[in-house]
Amino acid sequence: MPELFHQPVAALADQLAAKKLSAVELMQAVIARTEAVESRVKAFNSFDAADALARARASDERRAAGQSRGPLDGIPVGLKDVISVAGQPLTASSKMLANFVSPYDATVTRKLKEAGAVCWGRLNLDEFAMGSSTENSAFKTTSNPWDLARVPGGSSGGSAAALAAGEACATLGSDTGGSIRQPAAFCNVVGMKPSYGLVSRYGLIAYASSLDQIGPFGRTVEDAAIVLGAIAGHDPLDSTSFKTEIPDYRAELSKRRGPWKLGVPKEYFGAGLDPEVGAAVQAAIDYYRKLGCEIKEVSLPHTQYAIATYYIIATAECSSNLARFDGIRYGHRSAKANDAIDIYFHSRAEGFGAEVKRRIILGTYVLSSGYYDAYYLRAQKVRTLIRQDFLNAYREVDAILTPTSPVPAFKIGEKSDPLAMYLLDIYTIGVNLAGLPGASIPCGFTRGGLPIGLQIIGRPFQEADLLAIAHAYEQGHAWHTQHPKL
Amino acid sequence: MPSPTDLNIDHVAHLARIALTPEEKTQFAAQLGDVLAYIEQLKTVDIAGIEPTAHAFPIYNVWADDVARPGLPVEAALRNAPAQRDNMIVVPKVVE
Repeated sequence: MPELFHQPVAALADQLAAKKLSAVELMQAVIARTEAVESRVKAFNSFDAADALARARASDERRAAGQSRGPLDGIPVGLKDVISVAGQPLTASSKMLANFVSPYDATVTRKLKEAGAVCWGRLNLDEFAMGSSTENSAFKTTSNPWDLARVPGGSSGGSAAALAAGEACATLGSDTGGSIRQPAAFCNVVGMKPSYGLVSRYGLIAYASSLDQIGPFGRTVEDAAIVLGAIAGHDPLDSTSFKTEIPDYRAELSKRRGPWKLGVPKEYFGAGLDPEVGAAVQAAIDYYRKLGCEIKEVSLPHTQYAIATYYIIATAECSSNLARFDGIRYGHRSAKANDAIDIYFHSRAEGFGAEVKRRIILGTYVLSSGYYDAYYLRAQKVRTLIRQDFLNAYREVDAILTPTSPVPAFKIGEKSDPLAMYLLDIYTIGVNLAGLPGASIPCGFTRGGLPIGLQIIGRPFQEADLLAIAHAYEQGHAWHTQHPKL
Repeated sequence: MPSPTDLNIDHVAHLARIALTPEEKTQFAAQLGDVLAYIEQLKTVDIAGIEPTAHAFPIYNVWADDVARPGLPVEAALRNAPAQRDNMIVVPKVVE
């Protein structure tokens, strides 16, 4: 058996239920592991060990009284530092919110607590979730546990790295253009972005509201299914929350056995794809064929426009969302300002980092008078075409297989040009524009020992199928059982 | 679509209410010029007759019952205020 901190939630839940393990023992093991490796991984902005141990103790008391709340009761789940946990810091890895304390729980936090999970730590990210490497954090650069000189991916880099390093048993991230799937691929864990509207965004710091979704990271597809089941569902506090039946995702994993029709989009295997990544993904596609799945080439002809479309829509929405950070009601207030208007200019200049400023300025520009039709409206129309591409493909196939990222984890400091960094999101961004569910699962390693991710894109609100397809691959492979040496 | 060189960084930074340093202005103008040049390719897409998508699963309207519900207590709501006095947020004088 691997160490406790490397075991899947499903295995830990069995030991907790059989009273072979207590939640306090598990929490202590995770805290000890975190204290041992965190100075190298730097996944956390902060954690509150006393609070976590108290919640673990409460979980043990529930279980002793025969009132266990299920498989997550007593499991330490880490949260990206854009998701509110009442009484805990909420920084978005920004100087703007360096001293902010959440006054209430996000809906996902409330649901995790209701499931008995121990909300554990505030996980690092690119400032306000804007980035693909976690280098844009105002506080620290998280390292990839597989190679400390490399990035963990982003923006949910802390969530992926903490899980890979054994500093949490599952984590939550948010995904606006790939921010769960790409770090999952870089760190050899499972990461899933649900359909837009499946998981409430109430209590999530908004970046681009029409694209943002909260989703789980797990060691296995089953763990991701357990966490997704706990956080999904309609919420009257989020007006874009969708009313749909939430199946028992975990139970469906073994019930749905295919064989499925799987699409391979030719546009996702062109120039820019690292050959080792391409070969690993091709091997995964061949495995599905061996399982009896029909593999069909499909076309998503507007793929090449996805990044341009995204960087108009996402920055436009961010320029509007981040207008709330004005130095008046909360967040950083500049000491330099002489009058009320000056407070805005200086507080925002001092509180935001370079990438956030760049995106606010680009978004302000594309929405400004005279440019709206040329940029924003046009991008929204191209978005329609990108979404139609996927829906057309789903007339023929049940899911789509692609690489998650064109390259494995790159070195810290390697990508200094913003546009070069944006182009790396090519395979994940279309999924957000189309509102679809997508998962990344481990599918191999490069010769240099860096993890590779397979992306599986599902039909809208068919997460149960998506997870079952991912599970079918995982059952025949052991990539996910490998852990970094720290 | 306008030319990428149309970006007037002073004007846009003013609209965004961010005080940029001269170095930031030079750097951002160059970097965003590259991004806008890349975005130019959207000009080549045929969008005739295509409806815009604001978000992927149109929910046209959502109504909430107009009933009072408990909100945050004043103390909790003001806890993160940069400056406060007598249950109010303190700001510089805005009218003479």
